[in-house]
Amino acid sequence: MSLTVPVGSDHQLARLLQIGIVLEEVVEARASKHASDSGADLTDDVRAMLEDAAEESAGHRDRLEGLIGELDAETVAYEEIEALVEAQYEADEDFDGVLYDQLCNEETAYKFYDDLIEAVEASDVQFGIDRDRLLDTLVAIREEEAEGVEEVTELMEERR
Amino acid sequence: MNTADQYLKAIYLIQQIEDGPASTGDLADRLDVSPASANEMIGKLEDNGLAEHEKYKGVSLSDEGIVRARDALQNYCIIERFLVEVLEVEDFRGEARQLESVIDETVADRLDTIIDRDPACPDCFDPENDVCGLLEVPAAADD
Repeated sequence: MSLTVPVGSDHQLARLLQIGIVLEEVVEARASKHASDSGADLTDDVRAMLEDAAEESAGHRDRLEGLIGELDAETVAYEEIEALVEAQYEADEDFDGVLYDQLCNEETAYKFYDDLIEAVEASDVQFGIDRDRLLDTLVAIREEEAEGVEEVTELMEERR
Repeated sequence: MNTADQYLKAIYLIQQIEDGPASTGDLADRLDVSPASANEMIGKLEDNGLAEHEKYKGVSLSDEGIVRARDALQNYCIIERFLVEVLEVEDFRGEARQLESVIDETVADRLDTIIDRDPACPDCFDPENDVCGLLEVPAAADD
């Protein structure tokens, strides 16, 4: 009855890692836009958090690109995603809107890695990449996303 | 997207094609599961007030079932559109079906921030071709 599909091939794994890269690029581009958006009247600590988040996403992207390279798949250029984010970005978000958007960024990334880890663990396929290294990388990134959720939540609570 | 939502989406689309209840056989075919599996899930959906099954006619969604099916269909549209517009995947239907159980609603919402989707979504979905009727599909992928 279940329609849940474990990751069944290198191709599917590469596709999921590509989606992870795009998500990181969306986070990086949106956090960078928010940080440089003077209209949102951000405090220094929020601006610093956004800059750190953008940097962290770039680091996650590098790690995912390392994995995807071993699967003979291509990454997705940051400039391409940045342009798509730019095209849809609404610059008039206020302070709370910026924090909420960043919370969504972190929560979404956490959920994605959580589901991906589960799907990889449910698979008995021999991937063209070391399974332990794959899972170690994904678990480490998921942990950093969880810390990101916590950090944004604390900033939101300080505002109350 | 969880399994129940995938069933709801499939029932919704079959009902649109048939303009009536969805038969267990059609549902099983669409989801590539056995009729016994489809029947088991239909029973669960009925228990949760999401669908009604009438003997010899088939299954129809309740109002609540329709709401959930449309949400699931919207997520599916986002995945298909993302695969076409951003990753330029030719077999986007096949890959979307594989990905929909792994791509959660929150993830689909984020992917939605970089694609160009019509506000009428999911009403523009073409159930027979299993793709948004407004999506410009590359010629090689339009099978």
